[in-house]
Amino acid sequence: MTTEAAPEGPLALQRKDFVTDQEVRWCPGCGDYSILAQTQKLMPDLGVPRENIVFISGIGCNSRLPYYMNTYGFHSIHGRAPTIATGLRVMNQDLKVFVITGDGDGLSIGGNHLLHVMRRNVDITIVLFNNRIYGLTKGQYSPTSEFGKRTKSSPMGAVDTPLHPLSVAISAEASFVARSLDIDQKHLIATLERAARHKGTSFVEVYQNCNVFNDGAFMEFADKAVRADRTVRLEHGQPMLFGKEREKGIRLNGTTPEIVEVGNGVSESDLWIHDETSEDPVLSFILSRMHWPDFPEPMGVIRAVERPTYESLVQQQVDEAIEQQGEGDLDALFMEGDTWTVE
Amino acid sequence: MSTGDGRRRSDSQLDQIEELDRVTIRFAGDSGDGMQLAGLQFTNTSAVYGNDVSTIPDFPAEIRAPAGSIPGVSSFQVSFSSYDIHTPGDQPDVLVVMNPAALKAHLGDLPKGGLLIVNTDEFTEPNLRKALYAANPLEDDSLTAYRVVKVPVGSMNARALADSGLNTQQIDRSKNSFALGLMFWLYERPLDSTIRWFEEKFARNPEVRDANITTLKAGHNFGDTAELFPVRYHVAKADLPPGRYRNITGNAATALGFLTASKLADLPLFYGSYPITPASDILHELSRFKNFGVKTFQAEDEIAAMGSAIGAAFGGYLGLTGTSGPGLALKSEALGLAVMVELPLVVAMIQRSGPSTGMPTKTDQADLLQVLFGRNGESPVAIVAPATPSECFKYAIEAFRLALRHMTPTVFLSDGYLGTGSEPWRVPRVDELPRIEVKFAKDPDTFNPYDRDPETLARPWATPGTPGLEHRIGGLEKADVTGNVSYDPDNHDKMTRFRAEKIARIANDIPDLEVVGDESGDLLVLGWGSTYGANLSAVLRAREQGLAVSAAHLRYLNPFPSNLGDVIARFDQVLIPELNLGQLAMLIRSRFVVDAATLNKVTGRPFLIAEVEAKIQELVGSKVKV
Ligand code: SF4
Repeated sequence: MTTEAAPEGPLALQRKDFVTDQEVRWCPGCGDYSILAQTQKLMPDLGVPRENIVFISGIGCNSRLPYYMNTYGFHSIHGRAPTIATGLRVMNQDLKVFVITGDGDGLSIGGNHLLHVMRRNVDITIVLFNNRIYGLTKGQYSPTSEFGKRTKSSPMGAVDTPLHPLSVAISAEASFVARSLDIDQKHLIATLERAARHKGTSFVEVYQNCNVFNDGAFMEFADKAVRADRTVRLEHGQPMLFGKEREKGIRLNGTTPEIVEVGNGVSESDLWIHDETSEDPVLSFILSRMHWPDFPEPMGVIRAVERPTYESLVQQQVDEAIEQQGEGDLDALFMEGDTWTVE
Repeated sequence: MSTGDGRRRSDSQLDQIEELDRVTIRFAGDSGDGMQLAGLQFTNTSAVYGNDVSTIPDFPAEIRAPAGSIPGVSSFQVSFSSYDIHTPGDQPDVLVVMNPAALKAHLGDLPKGGLLIVNTDEFTEPNLRKALYAANPLEDDSLTAYRVVKVPVGSMNARALADSGLNTQQIDRSKNSFALGLMFWLYERPLDSTIRWFEEKFARNPEVRDANITTLKAGHNFGDTAELFPVRYHVAKADLPPGRYRNITGNAATALGFLTASKLADLPLFYGSYPITPASDILHELSRFKNFGVKTFQAEDEIAAMGSAIGAAFGGYLGLTGTSGPGLALKSEALGLAVMVELPLVVAMIQRSGPSTGMPTKTDQADLLQVLFGRNGESPVAIVAPATPSECFKYAIEAFRLALRHMTPTVFLSDGYLGTGSEPWRVPRVDELPRIEVKFAKDPDTFNPYDRDPETLARPWATPGTPGLEHRIGGLEKADVTGNVSYDPDNHDKMTRFRAEKIARIANDIPDLEVVGDESGDLLVLGWGSTYGANLSAVLRAREQGLAVSAAHLRYLNPFPSNLGDVIARFDQVLIPELNLGQLAMLIRSRFVVDAATLNKVTGRPFLIAEVEAKIQELVGSKVKV
């Protein structure tokens, strides 16, 4: 696979090679800028030839991103990017395909496709910009808006229970599930890189600030001043520690997580040791339900398991069929069944 | 229709043989009685024998109705002949009924004097009640107008299979083979093709295989010994053009056509589809062709099926999806995207009765306007429409040829009658078929995503993986040439006209409309799609009667062949029979400003020849040339 090839020399691309001449049209201060920047920065490191990279999006502010990536791009219709990505990947396994979506695009109008692309494990990287609002249509509540949220379309408060995107991904059998934050640049690029290198569907939820219609949605825990205390960095094989001094931790009491102070009889080995590769999705699911203010928000890779990709299985069946029946002979197929000749 | 005027008697020592030029048999029974199988086997045998054949199955709704009830009746009609036929026959000459419900449902179609073969074993009190019979029609005089032959099919079959080792239920399932054997005897058909089929079909189930073969032969022998029929019938071989033939359904021909297009264009085929009646057979067929490199994708819904085909087309492959009316409604937004991004792909649209869920197993032509206009904005697509089951092969290829050459989504518009009906197909050799030329953009120095070919106005096809051609496409309006997003009013006007003109210019790339009969006259019967057989047969009969009537059949619905206006203008009147309330008629009237007459029917069934004939008579019957 070309995505494997580690290019050096002639392929040494730089971030600028992935910037287009199109004027970026997000509101000043929008979290999308940071995600775009990290995405462009990541590209040269992936070692994939530029012509083999494809960004496919749906509709929403986030979905303009392909216009700004100097790769192949497809700004499609609302919610349908995973379907286009599936058709493309099934036919061409040399391509590195990204799907750019949002909370409305991916979880509302395109919810069905998101579920199915993940359960199939099509080898694509999905980046879901979660700003908990409809930005492009100017401020209606979204499937991730908090219960009771007042917006233009919910002046008395939304009466819809929100979805947890990571819970959805885990339930839909996604083989890679992660979360990051628009303003945490290092963490974001590292998370995107892990996602991009994963074989199979990788799903990354990025908390993204819409400073125009939902400003500060994540500030309570995303603000640099409090971030260490209010988020927990997940690291595979490591205890879940957080706090400025890494003085707090998460312990599992059965299947119930609890916050504990480390020391005073609680050692690091008592804490929940993060295992992103666990086949059992229950622990991943518990993580996906932990939210501020009850818990620090988990950040990083929640789940990364190996499973054959959809397109490789499809290809395998084609190969098997050829092996067993030989390359198709169209003339012979035409004459399948009873035939006769008229002289 | 009558069995023709060509009756001729030839007596032999052993039995009397009557020569017929055409016979139409309808097998009818409960859904579980295997009538489709019996009909198909009779068809194949007749085709291999050398007759022309035409068939129409009639399925009940998908959800199985209670056994023995009228909604649970399934039937299969086959017409076979010694001359070229175009329809499966208006009315059966022979009706084979396996139970009272089948009799109730189908007797109305059997002309007086027709042959009625009845499985008497099922005419029990409870079955009669389920079929809403107050009295047993076999015992009163309600059937005296028909030539009734009573055969205890069930018990004869059971006796033949007493030693088969199968249980009663399994034995009963073979009774269609007994009836089939009897019909083979009556029409002098050999058993070997069906025996071979049983051997293949039940290779892993030798008891069932042997039972079917045994009872098939028993049915055949029963005809020989029971002396129920005073004569047997013979239908001579038809005079078909020389070649190799097989019998084929429209949907099977469609799948083969798409597969062949992939070979001719030398591009792998991708089929994304969501199961839907009556298009699912195409998915079943194509998923068998994996050793041809075909990749099929059973999508989560109709939209995903369409999206996946767009993805494949974006990648430089043959993107294909298939559906029926309700599915197309769901696909329409994505089809609009394909129009905007100008990618070549094909939508196989197999119409069924609507609106909404409608009657999924019944046929209709009421989606023409949906296909043509059912999207937001000015959103033209090319449309081809096969006229017969075997033509589905040719037009499936043609759909891809147009899509690829003109960089446009193209709809292959068929229907349930074409898809499930069958006829002999003269099998081509792959190397006789013209290649489909495909051009990919390669040169970064000259590439612009929305440049246009000066002749066709097609934009270049630049696929991911091609160095230097990285570009972005999407559903927002594109600037001319660069393909960048544009809200410029004049650009939008220009691009809208480009998209329309690109489709219009396809008219330069398709054959003229042909007229069957004289090039001018009193009446032109103009049709499209599956009405072909009924229209043509009715016109040929009218011509025999001296009427100045001709037929023309549109295989291209968008754009129309460029001579269509001229053809219409040469006739005093035009009649457009359609299985809808006048959709092509609406287009023809507005485009050519002619007062087209219409014949419309939306019963879920195809036209009878007689219905078209009657309309022709009504319009021009008084103008018989003396
Ligand atoms: S509306 Fe919100 S999400 Fe959209 S560009 Fe503006 S700030 Fe960003």
